[in-house]
Amino acid sequence: MNVHEYQAKALFRDYGVAVPEGELATTPAEAAQAARKLGTAVVVVKAQVHAGGRGKGGGVKLAKSPAEAEKAASEILGMTLHTPQTPPEGKLVRKVYVEAGSAIARELYLAILLDRAAEKFAIVASTEGGMEIEVVAEKTPEKIQTVLVDPNEGLHDFQARQLAFGLGLEGDQIARFVTFLGGLFQLYLAKDCTQVEINPLVVTDSGELFALDGKLGFDDNALYRHADIAALRDPEEEDARERAAREIDLSYVGLDGNIGCMVNGAGLAMATLDMISHCGGSPANFLDAGGGVQEEQVKAAFKLILQDEQVKAILVNIFGGIVRCDLIAEGVVAAAKELDVNVPVVVRLQGTNAAEGRKILSDSGLALIPAETLKEAGEKVVAAAAQATEGA
Amino acid sequence: MAILCDKNTKLLVQGVGRMGQFHANLSREYGTQVVGGVAPGKGGSTIGDMPIYNTVADAVKDTGATASVIFVPPPGAADAMLEAADAGIELAICVTEGIPVIDMARAKRALAGSPMRLVGPNCPGVVTPEQCRIGIMPAQITRPGPVGVVSRSGTLTYEAVDQLSRLGIGQSTCLGIGGDPIIGTNFIDALTLFQADDETKAVVMIGEIGGSAEEEAAEFIQSEMTKPVAAFIAGQRAPKGKRMGHAGAIIAGGKGAASDKMAALERCGVAVSASPAEIGETLAKHAPGISG
Repeated sequence: MNVHEYQAKALFRDYGVAVPEGELATTPAEAAQAARKLGTAVVVVKAQVHAGGRGKGGGVKLAKSPAEAEKAASEILGMTLHTPQTPPEGKLVRKVYVEAGSAIARELYLAILLDRAAEKFAIVASTEGGMEIEVVAEKTPEKIQTVLVDPNEGLHDFQARQLAFGLGLEGDQIARFVTFLGGLFQLYLAKDCTQVEINPLVVTDSGELFALDGKLGFDDNALYRHADIAALRDPEEEDARERAAREIDLSYVGLDGNIGCMVNGAGLAMATLDMISHCGGSPANFLDAGGGVQEEQVKAAFKLILQDEQVKAILVNIFGGIVRCDLIAEGVVAAAKELDVNVPVVVRLQGTNAAEGRKILSDSGLALIPAETLKEAGEKVVAAAAQATEGA
Repeated sequence: MAILCDKNTKLLVQGVGRMGQFHANLSREYGTQVVGGVAPGKGGSTIGDMPIYNTVADAVKDTGATASVIFVPPPGAADAMLEAADAGIELAICVTEGIPVIDMARAKRALAGSPMRLVGPNCPGVVTPEQCRIGIMPAQITRPGPVGVVSRSGTLTYEAVDQLSRLGIGQSTCLGIGGDPIIGTNFIDALTLFQADDETKAVVMIGEIGGSAEEEAAEFIQSEMTKPVAAFIAGQRAPKGKRMGHAGAIIAGGKGAASDKMAALERCGVAVSASPAEIGETLAKHAPGISG
């Protein structure tokens, strides 16, 4: 789960991580009021959406007076922001964060994430703040430093100092950085983060350190023990179908093709997308109905798939291990009857009671297309989608 | 031979809720020695004819259990692993899905140096055909034979095993290592066991997007393995930055794409099936003489 910059910064403050003063605004008048309250010579008005690269898309503007802040906010609020990280349709801006301007001497980069290979937390720092870290990693890898933190020992001060010196910090800045990173690491552990990224971390003319931007990602599996974090979820920022799927315990990812998919198990669901592509088709979604899928989930999954108007054919691919295929077949038949499914549906049932399941499908009188192997299922659904597209 | 478990394995069940009981019964019907269950506070009772213990230590003392399958819900699952290790369990298989990754990072670190092997979490378990079933796999699709199967997935493992069995190719042991970012037994660990196992003549490896475990396995196969390996990587069509069901299946920061993994495996002499429908055939071609 991701949160907005203003929410991340509030958490930073709670953990002693220095951030500039700022206020949230949802109207231009509120933005003017915020600028007045901050009282600095310059304020920055920043679009609050879950995407990076906001400056490039016109979502970040400087203002030298409350009137200018009001004008900037009126331009940003309600705009559809396009950045390299937004979906193709862009993101509607509903909130802006008005922040005190800083006199920036240097821009640095700092992040904490899990290093899966090392099975430790990696703290990544770079002197090249303000740039995308992937670009820095590719062009000037020597400018990136990493320290690994043992999950049971935690961060040692010497590790923070190592990074501070490596970043070229000096004097009082060293101790400030140790405090800054210490707070950030504490936050990472305490709130079960999966990612903290500060880009840029700025050094001001007077040698202060501030998180000028902040990105926080949280472990969905740990939200049960963080009601405060779960409450920060912004439904407006999420794909409507992905949200609806999560609410009924299905795992769904929208794609840009025209073949809807329903599969049990994440690995097989990914492989089903691969199969469709391999046969020359294009999947409309990833949908894992769970290893132990039941009739109810089958119906819910159908509903979700059919909400996508791109869908010209559906592939149901169930490998019944523990789940019995005859029960799944009954679920498919019930869903198809109740939901008035008007696109061709290819059903591949394999595993426990597959033969009984196939018989239920063929006896149903519905125009369900049976398939036995994964390959046959892929070929049939791609052909069905092509035919439906031509016919339209 | 086989790896990890056989007919001599004595299995405990940690977490005897609905799912734990259901699969304990299936394992027992398959012929596995299920010797007891652990449910704190319910020690001394029985479920069916399965004796229940308060602690893993009590259960081990009373039953001589060597392995444990963990169905404990996410908040207590990491603790259950540590309890199993402390009680001298040799093999713990954790089926639980949804353990916070920080809990798992800490548990894995705490288990370093422990003689216990952990498989999972978020895994379907392990089956040695006609001998032992630990976890939730449909053992009836397996048949005994010379091919070791190791996979990050559940149902896709069944698909691959089914393809092998239909070609008349049996399995030494089928092992699901789990779809989480941090897992107890990784590909290299499993491949090491299969390489050392006399009964295993070839290996099928099923990876997926996310992390670099497949790339590391590729290097290992090239330098350390003499047995032929065929592989499939799920998620060739997966978009970047989206979690595909499994917590670990995500292409992040431009890393972990299927194409990179497939190329790394091919470079190291592994036969990679581009199509998920040809995993069995790819192995049969790569390891001639294996089909039964």
